[in-house]
Amino acid sequence: MLRVDIEKQLGEFTLAATFSSEGRVIGLFGASGAGKSSLVNMIAGLLRPDRGTIVIDGETVDDTAAGIHVPAWRRRIGYVFQDARLFPHLNVAQNLDYGRRMNGLPSDPAQHKRIIDLLDIGALQGRRPGKLSGGERQRVALGRALLSKPRLLLLDEPLGALDEGRKLEILPYLVRLRDEANVPMVYVSHDVAELRQLATQIVMLKEGRVTSFGGVKVLT
Amino acid sequence: MFEISPAEWTAILLSLRVAVVATLVATPFGIALAWLLARHDFWGKSFLDAVVHLPLVLPPVVTGYLLLLTFGRKGLVGGFLADTLGIVFAFRWTGAALACGLMSFPLLVRPMRLSIEAIDRKLEQAAETLGAAPWKVFFTVTLPLALPGVLAGMVLGFAKAIGEFGATITFVSNIPGETQTISSAIYSLIQTPDGDAAAGRLVIVSVILALGALIAAEWFARRATARLHGN
Repeated sequence: MLRVDIEKQLGEFTLAATFSSEGRVIGLFGASGAGKSSLVNMIAGLLRPDRGTIVIDGETVDDTAAGIHVPAWRRRIGYVFQDARLFPHLNVAQNLDYGRRMNGLPSDPAQHKRIIDLLDIGALQGRRPGKLSGGERQRVALGRALLSKPRLLLLDEPLGALDEGRKLEILPYLVRLRDEANVPMVYVSHDVAELRQLATQIVMLKEGRVTSFGGVKVLT
Repeated sequence: MFEISPAEWTAILLSLRVAVVATLVATPFGIALAWLLARHDFWGKSFLDAVVHLPLVLPPVVTGYLLLLTFGRKGLVGGFLADTLGIVFAFRWTGAALACGLMSFPLLVRPMRLSIEAIDRKLEQAAETLGAAPWKVFFTVTLPLALPGVLAGMVLGFAKAIGEFGATITFVSNIPGETQTISSAIYSLIQTPDGDAAAGRLVIVSVILALGALIAAEWFARRATARLHGN
């Protein structure tokens, strides 16, 4: 599903990560500053590796030796950021529809309804992002990413900006997503409890290197 | 007392036409340049930035004279345009629009650039991950979010264009009905005996237009802030 073998120099910091996974939810675990976000940005195509390859679902999206770099907008990935990044000038319904419009996909009312029900965001559709709570914003961001029909969903600490109560509000949705949405995910977090609940495989990152890789057991 | 004569109306309407055309033609260039300066680093950027601001600091008569040399009937560009496309600038209202557009360009570009700079790049990245090609990102995220700034730039540019004097009179002279704008009409009137009342009326019209434009620009700027916060 996902194969990564890259090197990237970011100022003083060297990121050199190699792993390959078929897991449904790859948990990318590490302290802040371990290089998790940079790694995810590279998988998304927002950052270019200095050397190496990234393969998503059998398609080589980065290969520095062969001069391949597929831009982010052609990778068919979904990306949920810590800060939601909803478009402030569009209401919730328009935000949700954005990926479909940009990819020129036909409308799919059945999938649309399924995801809106799954995330419980039907009642928010007419609102502007400025009028949503942090938890609601993050649920809409999840829906927006899923409705662009990605082949891989990247989640960069999607609960990181929320307080404990809100985290507990969103976590069940993420579990449902894992079990029902059928989209492989890369889930970035520095929270062991979160990853225990969600991940099926763990990539542990420390100071820019993969220190362990395996089942959820490696977290202990 | 406040009866505007047909001759004064001619000057006011000509000023409006010149300023509207100047603003509408300058806007696409202004947006492109604002985006280039706000979002890209390239060799010669400071130089380009300086050139854009040049009309602001150069004596207007110099700008007008340079326009005459370049776009006059015998000028390099002016001669070419007249011979091939039949477009003549010298001593025509179109020349006044060109001079006004150029003189107001720095004021038009600045709010546009600031509003593009204020947009969080992360929103553009999010759009990209949702499958939007760079030009789609520009038209669906960057431009709509910058729109109040774009409109503010247009309003300011328009206000400047409507009052432009030095470059215009140097380039296209002061021909009633063809190139005599409000400013050049006032200039003529205050040199004419008994022209004070008419000049006074045009002065009042200028002040109203300029104030209105500034208030509109301020309003658009406030809308821009609200838009970026998603309210």
